[in-house]
Amino acid sequence: MYGNISIIDKSSKDPLAGEDPNMLEEFEAKIARGEKIEANDWMPKEYRRQLIRMIEQHAHSEIIGALPEGTWITRAPGFRRKMALMAKVQDESGHCQLLYNAAETLGKTREDMINDLISGKSKYSNVFNYPAPTWADTAVIAWLIDASAIINQVTNSKGSYAPYCRALERICMEESFHLRYGYDNVVTLATGTKYQREQVQDALNRWWRPIMHFFGPPDVASVHGEILMRWKVKMASNDDMRQQFFNQYVPKILELGLTIPDENLKKDPETKKWTYSDPDWDEFFRVIKGDGPCNKERIAVRRRAEEEGRWVRAALVKPTMSYAVPLS
Amino acid sequence: MQVFTSLDPRVNRAELPENPETEFTPKQALDQTQTYEVFHQVKTGAHHTHVGSVHAPTAELALAFAKEQYGRRGQCVSLWVVNSSAIAALDVRDSDIFDSATDKPYREVTAYANTREKIEAFKNKQEA
Repeated sequence: MYGNISIIDKSSKDPLAGEDPNMLEEFEAKIARGEKIEANDWMPKEYRRQLIRMIEQHAHSEIIGALPEGTWITRAPGFRRKMALMAKVQDESGHCQLLYNAAETLGKTREDMINDLISGKSKYSNVFNYPAPTWADTAVIAWLIDASAIINQVTNSKGSYAPYCRALERICMEESFHLRYGYDNVVTLATGTKYQREQVQDALNRWWRPIMHFFGPPDVASVHGEILMRWKVKMASNDDMRQQFFNQYVPKILELGLTIPDENLKKDPETKKWTYSDPDWDEFFRVIKGDGPCNKERIAVRRRAEEEGRWVRAALVKPTMSYAVPLS
Repeated sequence: MQVFTSLDPRVNRAELPENPETEFTPKQALDQTQTYEVFHQVKTGAHHTHVGSVHAPTAELALAFAKEQYGRRGQCVSLWVVNSSAIAALDVRDSDIFDSATDKPYREVTAYANTREKIEAFKNKQEA
């Protein structure tokens, strides 16, 4: 599960500074022809930097994303639901492994990535800083957050960096189970008792804004954005993906007799585009910077797992071991 | 010490401090041990193909992790792992060695395409 690179990192003033013009031309021609870039191929420094950041954030989002749902494993309504939720949380943990590996091929070690997550230097998808107060929240997360993640991941799997694309293809295959599982959960509640319907409606009301934030703020035209599109690092604008989500899921939500907590949400019959209320982008930026309802708890849980497992890993290290960057 | 009050009973039981007294000590090199490349076989009779890599201290554990990551939901019938440092790879800058030499057509299938014409010509000659 992952949002988007949401906001393009513009910390490099001149993203192409110091690049060999001939190599750069060859690299861009290769991408324009639809060929993929492998780990050992030549690539501009900015391409490597943006991809490490993006894949690493994606990996962190998978492992942190398992926490709000994992909250309900101990209290799932019934054995079958408990087993299914555990399988989903296991999948998400597996996805983070695949993604850390893809990011490692670009030269950042896994140790450094986990250090940066726990120190707060690296970010992850904003939505996981919100709590899941009821079982119905996990149903809405598994259906609609995973649906959003699939839209994003299918789009990114057509990108230019081969190891990331391969990881995403495997991930999307498993996410399709999550989507069906989530939909089944929401349908069960929405077609159930009055109390169940109220619960799922409340959960949808709570999660609508985080879902709107999921794809990131509307893109502002920039040199960085243009380059990342040309290099097929960013494959679609944040708004295009949000529109795709509306097209696919608004009818399905309404079909269940649920209401969407935004009276301004409607599709313009002429432009075929959805309009929606401003989902408070200030809140989005505030939560990303660390001031969300669960940011501190999420990191504290990761830190504890990291610190308490450390002696096991230390006992396994042998003096003969050496690290090699994964091949692809 | 202030601890987290969470919706998650497991987090409550862990009594995690809201403001830890010590700074996080960063992971050191090799904390995640070494890397192994994973190859899987989709069905009996097929080649083993590379699917990705795992971190593991030994080959046995690498196989266990590979099974979890690449063999979920019965997607393969066999797995191999090999330490990443044991793989020698050709430098990408040397990839032109795969270009076929223009002066070696005798190694290509297309160099032997006119046998049928010869046979036809031979038959016509015999009939004449």
